[in-house]
Amino acid sequence: MTTTVLPRVNYLNVRHTLASWLFTKDHKRIGLMYLVVVTAAFALGGVFAAGVRIELTTPEGDFVSADTYNRLFTMHGVAMVFFVLIPAVPAILGNFVLPLMIGAKDVAFPKINLLSWYVFVIGFVFTLAAMAFGGVDTGWTFYTPYSTQFSNSSVMLTGIGIFITGFSSILTGLNFMVTIHRMRAPGMTWFRMPLFVWALYATSIVQILGTPVIAITVGMLALERALGFGIFDPRLGGDPVLFQHLFWFYSHPAVYIMILPPMGVISEVIACFSRKPVFGYSFVAFSSLAIAIFGFLVWAHHLFVAGISPYSAMVFSFLSFAVAIPSAVKTFNWTATLYKGAIWWQAPMIWVFGFLGLFLVGGLTGLFLASLGLDVHLHDTYFVVAHFHYIMVGGAIMGYFSGLHYWWPKMTGKMYSNSAATFAAVLVFVGFNLTFFPQFILGYLGMPRRYHVYAEEFQVLNVMSTAGASLLGVGYTLIASYLIHSVFRGRAAGDNPWGATGLEWETQSPPIPENFDETPIVTGGAYEYTKRGAKVA
Amino acid sequence: MLSGIPLFPEQASTLAPEVDNLYFFITAVTAFFALLVVVFVTVFAIKYRDRTGTKVGEPIHGSIPLEIGWSLIPFLITMVIFAWATVVFFQIVRAPDQTLEVYSTGKRWMWRFQHIDGKSEINELHVPLGRPVKVVFTSEDVLHSLYVPAFRVKADAIPGRYSSIWFTPTKTGEFHLFCAEYCGTNHSGMIGKVVVMEPNEYQAWLSGDTGLPMAARGEQLFQQLGCVSCHLPDGAGRGPSLLGKFGGQETLGDGTVVAVDDVYVRESILAPQQKLVAGYQPLMPTFQGQVNEEGVMSLIEYIKTLPSTGQPAAAAQARTAPAPAAQGGSR
Repeated sequence: MTTTVLPRVNYLNVRHTLASWLFTKDHKRIGLMYLVVVTAAFALGGVFAAGVRIELTTPEGDFVSADTYNRLFTMHGVAMVFFVLIPAVPAILGNFVLPLMIGAKDVAFPKINLLSWYVFVIGFVFTLAAMAFGGVDTGWTFYTPYSTQFSNSSVMLTGIGIFITGFSSILTGLNFMVTIHRMRAPGMTWFRMPLFVWALYATSIVQILGTPVIAITVGMLALERALGFGIFDPRLGGDPVLFQHLFWFYSHPAVYIMILPPMGVISEVIACFSRKPVFGYSFVAFSSLAIAIFGFLVWAHHLFVAGISPYSAMVFSFLSFAVAIPSAVKTFNWTATLYKGAIWWQAPMIWVFGFLGLFLVGGLTGLFLASLGLDVHLHDTYFVVAHFHYIMVGGAIMGYFSGLHYWWPKMTGKMYSNSAATFAAVLVFVGFNLTFFPQFILGYLGMPRRYHVYAEEFQVLNVMSTAGASLLGVGYTLIASYLIHSVFRGRAAGDNPWGATGLEWETQSPPIPENFDETPIVTGGAYEYTKRGAKVA
Repeated sequence: MLSGIPLFPEQASTLAPEVDNLYFFITAVTAFFALLVVVFVTVFAIKYRDRTGTKVGEPIHGSIPLEIGWSLIPFLITMVIFAWATVVFFQIVRAPDQTLEVYSTGKRWMWRFQHIDGKSEINELHVPLGRPVKVVFTSEDVLHSLYVPAFRVKADAIPGRYSSIWFTPTKTGEFHLFCAEYCGTNHSGMIGKVVVMEPNEYQAWLSGDTGLPMAARGEQLFQQLGCVSCHLPDGAGRGPSLLGKFGGQETLGDGTVVAVDDVYVRESILAPQQKLVAGYQPLMPTFQGQVNEEGVMSLIEYIKTLPSTGQPAAAAQARTAPAPAAQGGSR
């Protein structure tokens, strides 16, 4: 490494007071502040998951009561979906690197960016309060009429928490969209942008168009629960299934809010560690947009057995198959990128290999569920649980960790232990498969989701799953420990420890508050390794 | 040790092999593509590994023919799956014409089954081997879902609507019956079993200590609730005659034509003003709260037994099945 000490002035040490963090408008500091809150939510969601897995080790309900179990899986879902998966990559990594990648000093609206963080934290506090007041037991899906007329848990407080948090997502999406349109450095044309920026742009579309719908839906739920409006109550002429349409109109596209940004990360990391441009750049870029748009047209595939007409089920099945194609195209392009590369097996790349394996399984098992005749059997079984964990954890979280390892030296100026990080990636990969692969089999055997007590013949597979979850817990703890260790004891990383292209690597690590000494001028594409070489700096 | 792990559920209905064949096909296709990608990634990652991190890869930017190929081929394959899965789906949702009907209501946290002949049972469903059975059901409170994995059938129970599943059992024995839609505290206790019996054993079971047949109970309710005072058989009452109406069509005040099926009859009892028959005044009160879901089902059974002319037949007689009504509209 060329440098041994950190640069004298950087965004971390420029001011030290707590107020300098709480009132910062620096996108890099805001990114780190998201990292703190999201990590706390991830730990909390992990504890709830641990409770669920311990209970399911035996078929009887012997660890917690049925009511507690129902609260555990609900709060696991709420914490992980709304406070980890949705914000992780855009709000932490996106905030940190988006302006750097396009050569900007900050996002377009730095004050709104800070506001987003506060809105997020306030939403989180409401949700935590709901958890403290006994929690919520409706499932993260809040299906009516259980949530409106029957549940005695903190539905309102949780709903308020989710309602508020949604605005954070909308504001971040808006901010990124304007930033990408207006803040690009001279020469940074649309087709010279890194693919992560394209992915964030596509995500912004979904955040801006989709999130208001969940706010409206939660609002209707609150009116119904508090005042008995009857929108979802058949006795008053309402329809409980309407809620499912509204809920999934946001929550299916929300899956793409969770997975598109990690897909962008994968493109960056693969290009860097293969030392060549991403194969089919424009196809990868446009497939993000295609996913963002078609993602709005598949929501009713969650309702195939909920009494919708078989003909509309056909339409939604067809569209669900269609939306799989852009994801397949991305996977093929990533694979082709490796061809004739110079592949450097560093930790971020090991996480990418893990992502590719798990996302492949997650994506392909989606085809089972899009198949009408098969979904009747699989709907609401563990097959669905396994499928979406392969996408959300195997895809989104693996992608997030790949990105975190990739940009960590830029964020902190420090380098972690590559061997520890590689070991953690392998451990998480193995633990993940042991946790969730048996659940596909459980699902086809017919074990329903959200079961506190289950039939005896399902036990062996559940024990395997719990064993895998223990490995996952060890893996995630390991990541936290070596990353924290690196901050205090790690060696200085240097400005460009991976020898990567991209503007974020041309400034110092950690960057100065203004990001660049002078506004960079862009003269070529995003991944011109032939021109730049693979020089580490 | 592996022998202790079940990998595959029992096949106990005519639908199960259909669903499983589709499952095997999709598994084979997806496993092939998964292996293809894994092999390529592994081979490339090893073959082109650079331990020094100093080399540069070849600047390959892409290939239009490849992009078209790996978009079109997967699309065509998914369309094959789509078509096959849709055919299987219509087999699952379209019940055959002659079915043995059983009514059911789900409520937290039990399933109650009501046989036409009067027998009722809780969390157990006895059915004969080899005969198509259709279960028509609703929920009295929250969403539930009636799921029999060995038959590969499932449908949500939705308050205010009728759903149905149908199956022809191909194996005698006991099979799990689960609630698959989360319904609160004791969701995982809302389970039971389907008992498939030889037809003669089933007949013996059915005749033992039976209650009033559904249609007879419906007839009682028809008297008790006062329906009979307006729905006169000769059509001279304040409400239309119900003779021979079930399974046919009715013209409403606004000119639309509706099918007189179980969904329509249920709605007419609970929300009579919604779809008023042409030529009649909105005089009928709602019976919401005065009759429970099972009562409604009994009334429907009674109305089904009414002949098209003359006096009502003795309700206890086995009815000649009219066109199955819950198709499409109830799903």
